[in-house]
Amino acid sequence: MNVVVCVKQIPDPGGAGRLDPTTLALVRDGVEVVLDPGDEVGVEAALQIAEATGGEVTVVSMGPERGIDAIRKALAMGAHRAVLVSDPRLAGSDALATSRVLAAAIGRTGCELVVAGTESTDGYTGTVPSAIAELLDWPALTFATAITVEGPVVRIQRQTEVGHDIVEAPLPVVVTVTGGANEPRYPSLRGIMAARSKPVARPSLEELGIDPATVGGEGAQQRVLAATPAAERAAGEIVADDGGGARRIVDYLATLKVI
Amino acid sequence: MDFELSPEQAAIQKTARAFADEVVAPQAAGSDLRSEFPIEVVRQMGRLGFFGLPFPEAIGGVGAGFLAYLLALEEVSRADAAVGITLEAAVSLGIAPLATFGTPDQQSRLLPDLLAGRALWAFGLTEPEAGSDAGGTRTRAARDGDAWVINGEKSFITNAGTELSRGVTLTARTGEPGAGGPPRISALLVERGTSGYEVGPPYRKLGWHASDTRPLVFHDCRVPASNLLGAEGGGFRQFLSVLEGGRVAIAALSVGVAQACLDAALGHARERRQFGRPIARFQMVQAKLADMATQIELARLMVWRAGALIEAGRPAGRFAAMAKLHASEVATACANQAVQIHGGAGFIEDLPVARLYRDVKINEIGEGTSEVQRLVIASHLLGHGGSVTALLEEGPPAR
Repeated sequence: MNVVVCVKQIPDPGGAGRLDPTTLALVRDGVEVVLDPGDEVGVEAALQIAEATGGEVTVVSMGPERGIDAIRKALAMGAHRAVLVSDPRLAGSDALATSRVLAAAIGRTGCELVVAGTESTDGYTGTVPSAIAELLDWPALTFATAITVEGPVVRIQRQTEVGHDIVEAPLPVVVTVTGGANEPRYPSLRGIMAARSKPVARPSLEELGIDPATVGGEGAQQRVLAATPAAERAAGEIVADDGGGARRIVDYLATLKVI
Repeated sequence: MDFELSPEQAAIQKTARAFADEVVAPQAAGSDLRSEFPIEVVRQMGRLGFFGLPFPEAIGGVGAGFLAYLLALEEVSRADAAVGITLEAAVSLGIAPLATFGTPDQQSRLLPDLLAGRALWAFGLTEPEAGSDAGGTRTRAARDGDAWVINGEKSFITNAGTELSRGVTLTARTGEPGAGGPPRISALLVERGTSGYEVGPPYRKLGWHASDTRPLVFHDCRVPASNLLGAEGGGFRQFLSVLEGGRVAIAALSVGVAQACLDAALGHARERRQFGRPIARFQMVQAKLADMATQIELARLMVWRAGALIEAGRPAGRFAAMAKLHASEVATACANQAVQIHGGAGFIEDLPVARLYRDVKINEIGEGTSEVQRLVIASHLLGHGGSVTALLEEGPPAR
C-alpha cells in the first residue's frame, strides 16, 4: 500500500528556541534546523507499513525551500518521493491554512493512508492531522502506538490510563503516531546519496487550487496576541533522611497521586 | 575558497555523529575492558554503508567520495578509536587496494561482502624485520606451476582474526634483486582457510583493546596464480597512492580522538571546582583548552585539504604526510593535556580519558611513523618526489 507521511522542518529542539519580539513567531532563520523528531517516528511507521504491504512512501511537507533538508532525510531513510509546497505567500499561515494546503497536496497523490506525528515539536497545536482528515472527509485514528493494516481496515493501539484501546477504521484514513511508537532507523549512507535523485514535486498554490487570499499571514484566522515566558522551574526539595525520610517521600508522592 | 560541506557530506557527517553517540560510544569502555571485538557494531556499520563510503557505485560502493569517508571516520573515532581503526583498516588497507588493482574476477568474488561489512579483509606489510623499510621484506612467494607458494611472517595485522575476517593481501618477494637493485615485491591475496595460512593469537596492546591485531604465519601456503594483486614486481610503488589515502584516514581518526579529548576536558573543567570556582576559570586551564581547540582545528583543515586532493585524484603525497604527522602528534598532545586537566581522575579507568590516552599513541606509529612522514616531507622538499629511498641514497641535491 502506498502511504503519505507529513513532515516538517523545525529549529533543533536541543537548541534554545527564540521568539521574534514583533511577530511572536519562532525564529527559524540562522538556527540549526532538523526533521521534527516526531516526524521521524511517522516516517518509520510509514516505511514499515509500505515495506510490509509492498508499497511506496511519499513525503509531503509545506514550508520554506530550505525545508528540503528535512525531506532529504526522510528520503534517505527510505521514502520514495516527496512533495514540497513552498511559496512566499504561505509565510505566516495558521494551522487551518496549512491543513488546507497539505490536504490538497495529499489528494493529488492518490494515496489512501496518511501518517503524521501527533503534533509538531515547535508549534504544538496538534490540530493539523485532524484538520487534514476533516478536509479530506476521512476518519482519523489518533495517538497510535502501533498500526496494522489488514485488507481495507487500519487498526491502531492507543495507550490509555488503564491499558490500551484498539481502534479501527476503513481506508482511506489519517493516522497520527506518538513519539514512542517505534525506533526510527538511521538513514543509510547509501540512502543519503540515493536521496539526491529521488523526485521532489513542487506544486504551486494554483495547481493545488488554493486561493492565495486564504493562506499566509493575511489569511490567518488565528493571531498570537502575546507571549509570556514559562515560569522558571522551581528548585526541588531535598529530603534529608533523619529516620523518617522514606515516610516523607511516600507522603509527598501520595499528594501527587502517583502512588 | 569554500569550506562548506555539500548537503550529502553534511548529512553523512550528521548520521555518523548520531550513530557514534548512540551506538558506538556506549560500548567503548566495556569492549576495551574485555578486549572484545564489537562485532555487532561493525555489522551495523556495514548495513548502514560505512565500508562502501569512498568507493564508486560502479563497483558496489556508496559513491560518497573520500571526504565523506573521512568525516564519518572522525565521528566514529571520537566515540571509540578501536572501532575507528577497524573501519579504517577495512576500508583503506583492505578494500582500497582491491578496488584499485583488483581484476574484475577478484572484485566480484570479494567486494560485495567487504563493501557491506559482512566480511573484513586485512593488509599484511609489516614483518618482524621490515616495517618502515618495506624493502626489507623477507616473506617470499615462489612460482610453482599455476600457483604461488608463500613462506614468511607478518606482524601487527589488523582485522585478520575476527569472526568476519575473510583473508589478507600480503606483500612478498617474488624475485631477487639484481646488482644493487631493489627486490621484486608483489602483492598476493590469501583467503582464510588456505592450507599453510596461520592466524596467530591476538597481541596484548597498550590501547585499541577492542580492535583485532595479530601476527600471521605462512608456511608453504599455496594460492592460485590468479591471486596476484596488481602487477608482478610492482612493489610498493603501485600501492603508494592507496597508502596515501590510509595516512589521511589515520589523520582523520586522530582528529576524532583529539576532539574527544577536548570534549572531555571541557566538560571536566566546567564541573570540577577548586579554590571555590570551576577550574575552567583558571587561565592555565583556559590556555590548555584554547591550544587544544586551535591545534585540532588546524589538524582537521589539513585532513580536509589532503582529502580533497585525493578525492580530486590529484597528487597528495606531501599533504597526506603532513596531515598524518600533525594530526597524530596533536592527538597525543591533546590526550596528555586532557588527562592533566582531569587530574587524578584522569589516571583512573572509570572515565574515558584514560582510554583515550592509551589509544592515541599508536597514531604516531601505524601506517608510517612520524619519523617516516618527516622523511617523506623532506624528500618532497628536496626534490625526490616523496621517495624515502631516493632521499637516503642520493641525499639532498647539490646546489
